[in-house]
Amino acid sequence: MSWTLALPELVLACSGLVLLLAGVIPKQETFFPITMGAIGALLVTAVLVLGQGEGTALGGHYVADAFSGFMKILALGAAALGLLLSIDFNEKEGLGRFEFPVLVLFASLGAMVMISANDLMALYLGLELLSLPLYVIAAFNRDNARSSEAGLKYFVLGALASGLLLYGTTLVYGFAGTTNFDRLADAFSAAQGVSAGVIVGVVFVIAGLAFKVSAVPFHMWTPDVYEGAPTPVTAYFASAPKVAAIALLTRVLLGPFGDLAAQWQQVILLISFGSMILGSFAAIGQINLKRLMAYSSIGHVGYALMGLAVGSDTGLRGLLFYMAIYVFMNVGAFAVLVAMRRQGRAVEQVEDLAGLARTDLGMALWMAAFMFSMAGIPPLAGFFSKLYVFLAAVQGGFWTLAVVGVLTSVVSAYYYLRVVKVMFFDQPAGALDRAPASLTIVMAGTGLFTLLFGLFPAPLLAAAQAAAAALLG
Amino acid sequence: MFVGAIFFPLLGACLSGFLGRWLGDKLAQWATVICMALAAVCGSLAFAHVAMDSQPATVPLLTWMDVGGLEISWALRYDTLSVVMVAMVTFISTLIHLYSVGYMSHDATPTRFFAYLSLFTFMMLMLVTADNLAQLFFGWEGVGLASYLLIGYWYDRESANRAAMKAFIVNRVGDVFFMLGLALTFFTFGSIEFDTIFPAVAQHANDRFAGLPAIELIGVLLFLGACGKSAQLGLHTWLPDAMEGPTPVSALIHAATMVTAGVFLMARMSPLMEYAPVALAIVTVVGASTALFAATIGCVQNDIKRIIAYSTCSQLGYMFFAAGVGAYQVSVFHLFTHAFFKALLFLGAGSVIHAMSDEQDIRKMGGIWTKIPVTYVVMWIGNLALAGIPFFAGYYSKDAILEAAYAAHSGVGAYAWVCGMLAAFLTAFYSWRLLILTFHGKPRADHHTMEHVHESPAVMLIPLLLLAVGAVLTGAVFAPFFVGEHAHEFWNGAIFNGEHNHILHAMHEVPEWVPLAPTVMGIAGIALAYVMYMAAPGLPTRLAQMFSARPQLVRRLPLIPAEGEEQQTEPNPGGLYGFLLKKWYFDELYDFLFVRPARRLAERFWKVGDARIIDGMPNGVASLAAAGARGAVRIQTGRVANYAFAMIIGLVLFVTLFLIGR
Repeated sequence: MSWTLALPELVLACSGLVLLLAGVIPKQETFFPITMGAIGALLVTAVLVLGQGEGTALGGHYVADAFSGFMKILALGAAALGLLLSIDFNEKEGLGRFEFPVLVLFASLGAMVMISANDLMALYLGLELLSLPLYVIAAFNRDNARSSEAGLKYFVLGALASGLLLYGTTLVYGFAGTTNFDRLADAFSAAQGVSAGVIVGVVFVIAGLAFKVSAVPFHMWTPDVYEGAPTPVTAYFASAPKVAAIALLTRVLLGPFGDLAAQWQQVILLISFGSMILGSFAAIGQINLKRLMAYSSIGHVGYALMGLAVGSDTGLRGLLFYMAIYVFMNVGAFAVLVAMRRQGRAVEQVEDLAGLARTDLGMALWMAAFMFSMAGIPPLAGFFSKLYVFLAAVQGGFWTLAVVGVLTSVVSAYYYLRVVKVMFFDQPAGALDRAPASLTIVMAGTGLFTLLFGLFPAPLLAAAQAAAAALLG
Repeated sequence: MFVGAIFFPLLGACLSGFLGRWLGDKLAQWATVICMALAAVCGSLAFAHVAMDSQPATVPLLTWMDVGGLEISWALRYDTLSVVMVAMVTFISTLIHLYSVGYMSHDATPTRFFAYLSLFTFMMLMLVTADNLAQLFFGWEGVGLASYLLIGYWYDRESANRAAMKAFIVNRVGDVFFMLGLALTFFTFGSIEFDTIFPAVAQHANDRFAGLPAIELIGVLLFLGACGKSAQLGLHTWLPDAMEGPTPVSALIHAATMVTAGVFLMARMSPLMEYAPVALAIVTVVGASTALFAATIGCVQNDIKRIIAYSTCSQLGYMFFAAGVGAYQVSVFHLFTHAFFKALLFLGAGSVIHAMSDEQDIRKMGGIWTKIPVTYVVMWIGNLALAGIPFFAGYYSKDAILEAAYAAHSGVGAYAWVCGMLAAFLTAFYSWRLLILTFHGKPRADHHTMEHVHESPAVMLIPLLLLAVGAVLTGAVFAPFFVGEHAHEFWNGAIFNGEHNHILHAMHEVPEWVPLAPTVMGIAGIALAYVMYMAAPGLPTRLAQMFSARPQLVRRLPLIPAEGEEQQTEPNPGGLYGFLLKKWYFDELYDFLFVRPARRLAERFWKVGDARIIDGMPNGVASLAAAGARGAVRIQTGRVANYAFAMIIGLVLFVTLFLIGR
């Protein structure tokens, strides 16, 4: 058993346990040191992932390759940034309890397990390990009705999704006789036709995972949960779990079920269409920024899945590339949302940003950069991410996909630019409080990435290329 | 030398236009003047070289475009015809630049003015030295643009903007025909290079296009194009309005150079026109009619620049009918001499206007000849030349034209001759009407203006004097070359006369009385003007009343400004007088026929096409999007059961799809 291959996960799990202990023992409040410890643990794990070898371990349940490395670093980075966003917010909202970073840490562990899963069982294990802490942190502001409601809604629907996934898994196992990805692939590549049961099983698995990435029609929970959960939690929801679920979806569909591409491609296509269209149109009428970002994330998932629907090398590269850029600009935008406070109270309406350019030009400029980037306006990072998936779609002959993508991004530009318009041209609605240093750092870091990415796209492209190659062989 | 003559003005234009702010007004102005002077030197040298020593040349510059069978290059074609134009344009343009230094000295943005002026000169030179129709068209459009810019130079004046637009649009009408002619030329000959077209005309003489003889059609189309630029009857309406520009512009563009582009085109295309007798007949009739028509209007106008403008129109008519009867050489000769005395007249008029504190109405002038003697003398010389009084420049060329028309011995020739004779009489009449009303009699301007009447500065007088010399001498000196015994060697094949065309010889063999007739007409015209405006000053008003439908509206001399403010619009007294005063109602007719329907159409396009259909589409899409957004939000009920239901429905849908699609 070459358990050393799973060293990053083991380290993260152990540090989670240690931090849990360390948080309980002292008498005084330990939120800040534990959070810092968790961020440190995430970064150490990320370094370990970088130095990780390749291969399978733990009886074929666990796989490590360039793809998993890429996605894990993305997920870990998103988690670290999410924690950074939470420090100030949680302290001001009275949520400064050490359990929060520990829960995020375990969720990240679940995300890593998912990404490295090479067996349907490991997949389910990772998914649940990710989901259970998420249910808790969605309701972390437990005295707030909306937060509790969000947690509960997420839990009920998540349980349903898990049930669908499990049912799909059993169907696949029942018809194929194995849960290991490699052997599943062997089984389906055999010449004889695939039974209907397997197909139905695959659809159930897709449904379960589509729930996690909040793709249409499994997206319904997203606006409510995003709105209800504390803002840093929403920021985390919109990034790390999505990365993990997209990674898993990709690995499952292109790995064991790669030979059934002709069948699942249609479903992914429909999901992608639906997400792009709903994400762009439904957001138009939103006045709550967090709801707006919820629909925006649905739309982004639609664009990213376009790469998976194409299924080619370039499509996969576009998908990975898209997720990486999405994580950064999303965290940046949420940093602004987290920083929105007026006289100590968190505000989250679009109008609350009115006249921001006159009261806090720096924040307004960063927010404008994120909004322009999400709308896909060159030369910002968001333009390149869209460019590569559209390019892949066109090259793969998926013209309708590309056309719908372009049209919906035109529609979505409306609500992104409305935010910019409100910030720069509307009468100020009273100044917002000064953003704390931690948030300003996150904003500036992700903002610079968004602005300057166009100059140095090569490293990320190369990494995405390598990851795509690892998966497609 | 060849290249310098053309590109020095461009250099000047760039210097003044792009670096003017940096160079400062004075330096930029003089830079353009010096560039023009260098160009004039080059032009004169080229004239001596090409025309006098008979050494035509073509200077290839570079390939412009090469598309399929169409290859167009930039090249400067120097033969006698173009070199005559180059020398004339550069020389006169230099004098006008110099004059403008004085005239525009109080202007706010002289660098812009000089840049436009030089740009215009460059474009005109490109036009005349073109080696193919496309390059000619480039220059053609270029002078159109420059004239638009210059007429509208005082862009804060509403009337200047209107006049600029009118000039541009009327010119565009002509340009459409030019372009059609160009296309048909390419269609017929497979080339638009002059060197390829001209030898091939005889082979294509019987080609037909859409049932019509192709050569005739090309000739008519090109002539219609020329009509626009040269303000011939029908497309003349822009020229008098173009007087809104500064006076040097009127002198340069609307007298000496640009308007002659059409005449030049006829001469340039002579090898083709010679095979198009019907087209030539049309040219003759239109030209002759213009000559008479414009002269009649000139008799009753009161704006000093407009009178000269109509005389330009009329003289252009002469040039056209000369070309129409096949005497292209004579036509170009008149173009050449006319450039001098018409520039002189305009600049002289500018000097008068300058002296009279920007007053242009001759009814408010008078009695100033002692105060501005130099201007007075040069105006006399200019008018003598214009009226064709012996031994002044106009005498040689105008006589030659009328002789050629007489010698044509054709119906249209006779018509042209009659029109030309009448026009000569009227020309002399309105010229002296202008002279007498402007300079003689009792002063009719107010006291304040009269006190300020002063002679122009030397920088304006020197060009006037040089042009006066030209107006006196060019006819006598150049007549032997252009139309006399040396004509054959001089032209050296630059202008083609068909086998049957012996007009140049025939015109010297007309009866004795024919050369004398124009002079007699001219003197008669002067005499009549003297009688009417010097001897019996009440007569014109009485005559005007006699030929008016509403005599009480005819304004008496001297004009007494109405109490309070001055009356802006002139009343129309109707009748024959009103008919002439309102310029044969051409503007009103066009307004009714074209301008108003076009406006109505445009309004319709705007209200229905643009506002409803074109704007409607994005607006409709936007409201669709908003409706879609409302629909999407309505699904979001907030109930977990509904959400779960949506998930299950989606799942069922996908499974069904899978199973069916298998």
